[in-house]
Amino acid sequence: MSDTHEETIAFVRESEIPAAPPPERQAGAIRWVRDNLFSTWFNAIVTLVALYVIWWLLSGLIPWIVNGTWEGSSVLECREILQGETGGCFSVLRERWSQLLFGFQYPPSLHWRPTLAFALLFVAVPPALFFKLPRWMLVFTAVYPFLAYWLIWGGTIITPVFAAIGLVVGYLVFVRVEKRSFMLGLFAALVAATVVWWFGGVIADEFSRVARLRPVASRAMGGFMLNMILGIVCVSLSLPLGILLALGRQSRLPVVKGFCVIFIEFIRGVPLITLLFVANVILAFFLPPGTNFDLILRVIIMITLFASAYIAEVIRGGLAALPKGQYEAGDSLGLNYAQSMRLIILPQALKISIPGIVNVAVGLFKDTTLVSVISMYDLVGIIRGSILASTAWSGIYWELWVAACAMFFVVCYGISQYSQWLERQLRTDHR
Amino acid sequence: MKTSVLFGTLAFAGLAAAGASAATLDDVKARGKLNCGVNTGLAGFAEPDASGEWRGFDVAICRAVAAAILGDPSAVNFVSTTGKTRFTSLASGEIDVLARNTTWTFSRDADLKFDFVGVNYYDGQGFIVPKSLGVTSATELDGATVCIQTGTTTELNLADYFRVNDMSLEPVPIETEAEARTQFLAGACDAYTTDRSGLAAVRVAYPNPDDYVILPETISKEPLGPLVRHGDTEWGDIIRWTYYALVAAEEYGITKDNVEELAAAPGDNPEVNRILGTEGELGAMLGLDSDWAKNAIAVNGNYGEIFADNLGENTQIDLARGLNALYTEGGLQYAPPFR
Amino acid sequence: MTTMTGPPRADGFRIGKLLTDTRYRSYTFQAIAVVLLIVFFGWLVSNAIRNPVLQQSGIDFGFLSEPAGYEISQQPIPYTPQSSHLRAAVIGAINTLIVALLACVTATVLGVIAGILRLSNNWVIRKLMSVYVEIFRNIPVLIWILIFMTLSVNVFPPPSAFRGDDPDATPVLGLMAVTNRGIYFPRPYFTNGIGQVPDAPAADGDDTAPEAQEVASSANWLIVLAVLAGSFFAVRAVNNWATVRQNATGLRPTTWWMTLALWVVPLALTLFLLGLRWDVPELRGFNFQGGILARNSLIALWFALSVYTGAFIAENVRAGILAISSGQTEAAAALGLRPRRIMGLVVLPQALRIIIPPLISQYLNITKNTSLAIVVGYMDLTATLGGITLNQTGRALECILLLMAFYLTFSLVISAVMNAYNASVALKER
Repeated sequence: MSDTHEETIAFVRESEIPAAPPPERQAGAIRWVRDNLFSTWFNAIVTLVALYVIWWLLSGLIPWIVNGTWEGSSVLECREILQGETGGCFSVLRERWSQLLFGFQYPPSLHWRPTLAFALLFVAVPPALFFKLPRWMLVFTAVYPFLAYWLIWGGTIITPVFAAIGLVVGYLVFVRVEKRSFMLGLFAALVAATVVWWFGGVIADEFSRVARLRPVASRAMGGFMLNMILGIVCVSLSLPLGILLALGRQSRLPVVKGFCVIFIEFIRGVPLITLLFVANVILAFFLPPGTNFDLILRVIIMITLFASAYIAEVIRGGLAALPKGQYEAGDSLGLNYAQSMRLIILPQALKISIPGIVNVAVGLFKDTTLVSVISMYDLVGIIRGSILASTAWSGIYWELWVAACAMFFVVCYGISQYSQWLERQLRTDHR
Repeated sequence: MKTSVLFGTLAFAGLAAAGASAATLDDVKARGKLNCGVNTGLAGFAEPDASGEWRGFDVAICRAVAAAILGDPSAVNFVSTTGKTRFTSLASGEIDVLARNTTWTFSRDADLKFDFVGVNYYDGQGFIVPKSLGVTSATELDGATVCIQTGTTTELNLADYFRVNDMSLEPVPIETEAEARTQFLAGACDAYTTDRSGLAAVRVAYPNPDDYVILPETISKEPLGPLVRHGDTEWGDIIRWTYYALVAAEEYGITKDNVEELAAAPGDNPEVNRILGTEGELGAMLGLDSDWAKNAIAVNGNYGEIFADNLGENTQIDLARGLNALYTEGGLQYAPPFR
Repeated sequence: MTTMTGPPRADGFRIGKLLTDTRYRSYTFQAIAVVLLIVFFGWLVSNAIRNPVLQQSGIDFGFLSEPAGYEISQQPIPYTPQSSHLRAAVIGAINTLIVALLACVTATVLGVIAGILRLSNNWVIRKLMSVYVEIFRNIPVLIWILIFMTLSVNVFPPPSAFRGDDPDATPVLGLMAVTNRGIYFPRPYFTNGIGQVPDAPAADGDDTAPEAQEVASSANWLIVLAVLAGSFFAVRAVNNWATVRQNATGLRPTTWWMTLALWVVPLALTLFLLGLRWDVPELRGFNFQGGILARNSLIALWFALSVYTGAFIAENVRAGILAISSGQTEAAAALGLRPRRIMGLVVLPQALRIIIPPLISQYLNITKNTSLAIVVGYMDLTATLGGITLNQTGRALECILLLMAFYLTFSLVISAVMNAYNASVALKER
């Protein structure tokens, strides 16, 4: 064969041609630009329009940021420094920074306390968020809420310590009694915890000077700190409540189911602001006359109820998405309701629900700004009610709103990025 | 079985309800603090200063009452209330007395069941406009856009005034003082209306106060005063007479500086002696110590001194006494006899 | 849940069985739950009953029929300060619905466009849309409302800037005045047609002013609406005819000029016959007079709700499109459809099924978020009934109950209607 080959074909290449680079216009940046930006005439026009919009935005924004000044203590001084050039008076942020963060009533000498609590947040939260960290670090996560309470509100350390002990005792009792009956365990745990808390209350009254930080009243909370407190507390409280509501809605007991359905549909049918009005205006009618419990506490209760209804719906979706076989598997193994829920159903349902829960959490965190409508001085309230009204900074608003946007954006964007990461981590199916 | 449990529960709930609420005075004494509802922040009337300490004309009344009852002017919890929450806070018992420049009106008294114990400030509603608008009288405001803070009687007065004068009105309801300021300064409304005391306070805070003028008309009567719940008359009496003690103190020349001196040695004016507790048992009639009025006056001085410190001509707000002068000087402040 | 291994023992009922026997246990739990609920609510109600002030003033909705006494700026139905609180509340409710409807429409349009463009093959557009979605989704809507309000108050000129011989600002095209009180649009009205208003206000012979001419009643808009409906059905008929032709001959006749003519000609004719005129806003006194005023509170609220919710809808749309398996797209491409037709004929109709349920909840969110109108002074229900009426009458309990009842009813009705629609478009599975 090879002979014929030689005869019939005049030239045969013996070696492979090295791959030539593609033509200049078909590769690299130019190719990419052509494919992605100017593939059709319509695409080209759209690209140009988009580029113009971007240029227009940046050409307004960049000089404003670059020329902006951080000096001066009033709008007049700031204008003087700028000398008529475009630029932001970021000095308002420097000057009112502590108000934006802590509100105007938190004693300035104590600002280190919420700051420390915030810093510790970064130690307490990662063990719960990232599974690769050593498990023992979760201890700190468990301690953190009590520590943060003590740091922010002050008072004797006995109060949070006993609050924690009450929980621990309750849990231990539950573990002991649970073997006999789940409900009995729950009840016994509640009783044990209440006893400890009552005892702790007596002790705390008696030794109110032990390890005492200067107490700060709830109504002194303000600024971004208030948003963070409301967001974190309400999300953590509404999660267990939401799970209970979701289970209740699936329950076979008509009373429990009916109550859960009515509760969830009611809460989801009204705007949060009306619930805040209830907390602010009419809740006091329904409490014993003379009880004067904090507005912040009332608001926390209302926002928690609000969020739990939404979380319940997300978890209900997760529960519904589980194949029926999972429920049947639990039953066939002879697990009772509590066991099959805890060991089989909920771990899977919660995993499915994570993106939804995070969405609710982010939404809730954003909704904490609504407390400004009931004249609480959160970040928005401080800007609307206090700084915009001040004579020294009259006519300054963009700097403040941009700062507020930036703070919320960082937190919310961070959380949603984390949830996407977590979703990838938890993906256990085969792809 | 279920029904019996149900009835048992209801009986329990009823039992819990049976504990009648004690008199407000006893509550306050037991608590050791007076819960006083004030404005969220209005220059001159109630405002936390840089260190978070509450100051102002209404605040001074709260402190005087606390001093009269508890002997300690700092034994006050100041609860800031909005236009929306003030009445429910009082009605629900969250606060004992509301001193939040609240206008005394018929319906608030008769329908909402509150007792106004007196008028600590006679006010009236006015307008502020930019000078460049060229308006010199409120009657020229036909068709104007007017900013109003919601939740006050000013809204009703404004609508009434424009209707009576057959003018059309474009109202812009505003939630906070800051927004009123922004909108008014930007020209989004032609005029801004509120109580004249408030107008004076906001005008001084504008960048160029001289570019704005307060129109001469006063379109309403705004008697502002502290109020308490209907039904606890003894408690109302305490607030009322503490306030009158301040007014009477001005009339008889009792001041912050000389009150101790006058109380130490009974003078020759029996009325002063009765007020300061050196003669008679007025305090006991109210259920208070005999030096109640002395304590109240010692905090911030008499009515005139409180006015001068918070609203008067030496302050930024720069208000004349006007109707709020004593009756002896042509005003309306008049304390009934202490006897 | 339990398995009986033997026949149930025939012993009678004992108290202990209430806890141990699963047959009775559920009743025990429910009885406990009922009792706890009754205790709790009984406690709440008993506190309210014991309240000294509530005891005297009682719960009384009579205030609704009393004169409201305050002025409302945006009045879709006639209202004076002498009208009742109930009427003020109704106006508030209508205003709520107006802004909710406007925002739902624009948010959907914005969301669908942004959602599709996020999947565009144009890199710049894709990134721009991602930035839009992320920025608006991650910042509270309250801040957006306040920002847009600040923008409209401080960036646009006050009406006084339009005054004088050499004004700082002039109306756009001489027709539309953009001020920091709102945007004044020209208002169309008819001079012929049914229901002539006999004595139009300006009988002083000045026939350049719009009032000088005969003004026909606004019922004439019904005529216009009827004509538009006629055009709609005519266009549908034309399309059906074209489809029939296409099925018969394989060629689709060109119909765009017929469609255009069917829409434009009858409308133009009707408007001409009715004598359409434009009432152009004019600066008189303190404000522009005439025309339609879209107040800046409405615009700020509408715009903020639209762009905020639009970002969420964009995500829903994107998720819906991505959920359609690529086999569908490839099959359509194999049939020779061009990308835009693939989107319109194959992907979107299927994606719609996935998009609609979250879209419903976005609409409900918009409606609930309109309650934030209170921060910009837009007179919605929260601002009238839950705001000024509450403040003026002090009837907090009654006002807030009514307020919640309105939103609750509205939400439940909308979700019922939307769920019914959703069920009708859902994939029928057997």
